[in-house]
Amino acid sequence: MIGRFGIHGGQYIPETLMNELHTLEETYLSLKDDPEFLAELDGLLRDYAGRPSGLYFAKKMTKDLGGAKVYLKREDLNHTGSHKINNVLGQALLTKRMGKTRVIAETGAGQHGVATATAAALLGLECEIFMGKEDTERQALNVYRMELLGATVHPVTSGTQTLKDAVNDTMREWTRRVSDTHYVLGSVMGPHPFPTIVRDFQSVIGREARAQILELEGKLPAAVLACVGGGSNAIGIFHRFIEDAGVQLIGCEAAGVGIDTARTAATIATGTLGVFHGMKSYFCQDEVGQIAPVHSISAGLDYPGIGPEHAWLHDTGRARYVPVTDDDAVEGFEYLSRMEGIIPAIESAHAVAHALELVPSVSPDDSVIICLSGRGDKDVAAIARHRGKEMMES
Amino acid sequence: MSSADRIREAFTSKAFIGFVTGGDPTLEDTRRYVRVLVDAGASLVEIGVPFSDPIAEGPTIQAASARALSSGTTLEDLLTLIQTLRHDGITVPLALMTYLNPVHHYGYEAFFTKAAKMGVDAVIIPDLPFEEHGELCQITREAGVCLISMIAPTSADRVRRIAQDATGFIYLVSSMGVTGVRTEINTDISSIVAEIRRVSDVPVAVGFGISTPDQVAAMSAQADGVIVGSAIVNLISAHGSHADEVLKEYVTQMVNALS
Repeated sequence: MIGRFGIHGGQYIPETLMNELHTLEETYLSLKDDPEFLAELDGLLRDYAGRPSGLYFAKKMTKDLGGAKVYLKREDLNHTGSHKINNVLGQALLTKRMGKTRVIAETGAGQHGVATATAAALLGLECEIFMGKEDTERQALNVYRMELLGATVHPVTSGTQTLKDAVNDTMREWTRRVSDTHYVLGSVMGPHPFPTIVRDFQSVIGREARAQILELEGKLPAAVLACVGGGSNAIGIFHRFIEDAGVQLIGCEAAGVGIDTARTAATIATGTLGVFHGMKSYFCQDEVGQIAPVHSISAGLDYPGIGPEHAWLHDTGRARYVPVTDDDAVEGFEYLSRMEGIIPAIESAHAVAHALELVPSVSPDDSVIICLSGRGDKDVAAIARHRGKEMMES
Repeated sequence: MSSADRIREAFTSKAFIGFVTGGDPTLEDTRRYVRVLVDAGASLVEIGVPFSDPIAEGPTIQAASARALSSGTTLEDLLTLIQTLRHDGITVPLALMTYLNPVHHYGYEAFFTKAAKMGVDAVIIPDLPFEEHGELCQITREAGVCLISMIAPTSADRVRRIAQDATGFIYLVSSMGVTGVRTEINTDISSIVAEIRRVSDVPVAVGFGISTPDQVAAMSAQADGVIVGSAIVNLISAHGSHADEVLKEYVTQMVNALS
């Protein structure tokens, strides 16, 4: 069935938006193989976003861990500092092609909001960003960054005032004003066709990484690791490897304080099947089907669900999902900073942390790729606070 | 009599449908308020199931949902409440308005079987559009509960397809956006109703944004009934457990405005 990944996915959304989703799907299908559209997108990815991103051999880390060769896919070096720009440029071009003049988006840590505001500035679109009030406080610098780029930022005060509530309010705004507005959804989630569109735009990560590793190593990696909230960088790097049965695909979820506590955001480890934000998938929820408040040190992974294609990759066993705690992620954050001189986003640090466990057990003849989805400048103040150092946001 | 027949009977003359969030501020209050609405002339009552993330609701019903959740209200409680209302002698059709997740979590079959048994006539699920009715329609049919179809100002070419499939009544969303009181309704309701009438004789009720007698008069002239939610919930929000009199007065005034 179209828009389904096994039993997951679908379009569980108010009627008011259904025709809009159909229009979006038709527009996307008519453009996804259109040479002119693709040339325009590729041009922006190359000249504006700085693609292809490097596949960097982390020599010191490899030596330190004493197992497989470690490669980092450097999405942190993209313009705006994360993989989010890949999807946003694609959707911003779609917005123009649909004749719309305004974009709205949710953001957690602010990376997707900054990327959306950036593309809107570039393409002359009006831009409004919805961000949980708690997150606007945790990431004040990114709020100013978005405003600098010409966007209006709405602090969301409903519910838990974090990412899921930002999604709620962006959907509400879209139902209110749909005719001139496109919702640039930031992850491989929401109603069909978003999980497919966002995956396709993000799959440039895996296409590049696969070609790069084949050139550097002459063979495929033993494993590919990425952090997973909604899961867009993960699906982006996984997708081209799905048919390579020998490559382990490992998604690193935010376990927060721990999966045996309520302060977690590890959906696969602790969630159950449900329907929320337009999709059927796994969600952290309570015993009567209310969506649970979740916790992660990372605002970008602080989300109670996971994209439907990940839920399906989990069901089929093609990908494996592991929980990584806040403390371990902070260790990964500090480790990569000292070891390679690369400060990773705290989101990406979840994948780094799991690599520290995994890599020593993989043969030195093999390689492991970590998707470094973003850079960590935005997190420095929060990590300092986590370590008990009080400091002002720079 | 089947649920569909009971609902049709409720629309014999123009119908006023009142909405309250179940458990706002307490289940005991909801029990009384349903009685107040019915005594004041409501032909059908919708009881909202509180949900943590009600994406189709404006601030008023979001807040009511939060109040009901903080008083511990669950879907099971509301099924029990409906049974109690039936024991109280409430005979008008009763509908539950719920997001899909609590129902999914309860189990589709278990929920609809129990809902029918407790006296629920209809279930409205704002995040279950026509395309996804498939996974429920056989279960609801077998249980004898009407799964209400919604039509929006943007439905366009979808109106006929949705109407053809509709049972109970059709919930016609008056305006873009989420629930909440509005000063103006600009959608051409008459032409959507005419489009529905080409393929279906199921009663059409207009909801979203209706709060004044003038709006009731205008909307009920173009459709078979009106649904009022946020305006009622606002009164409950302001008066808490002491809204009986103001509700009675308000609903009476609205019922009298039906064309």
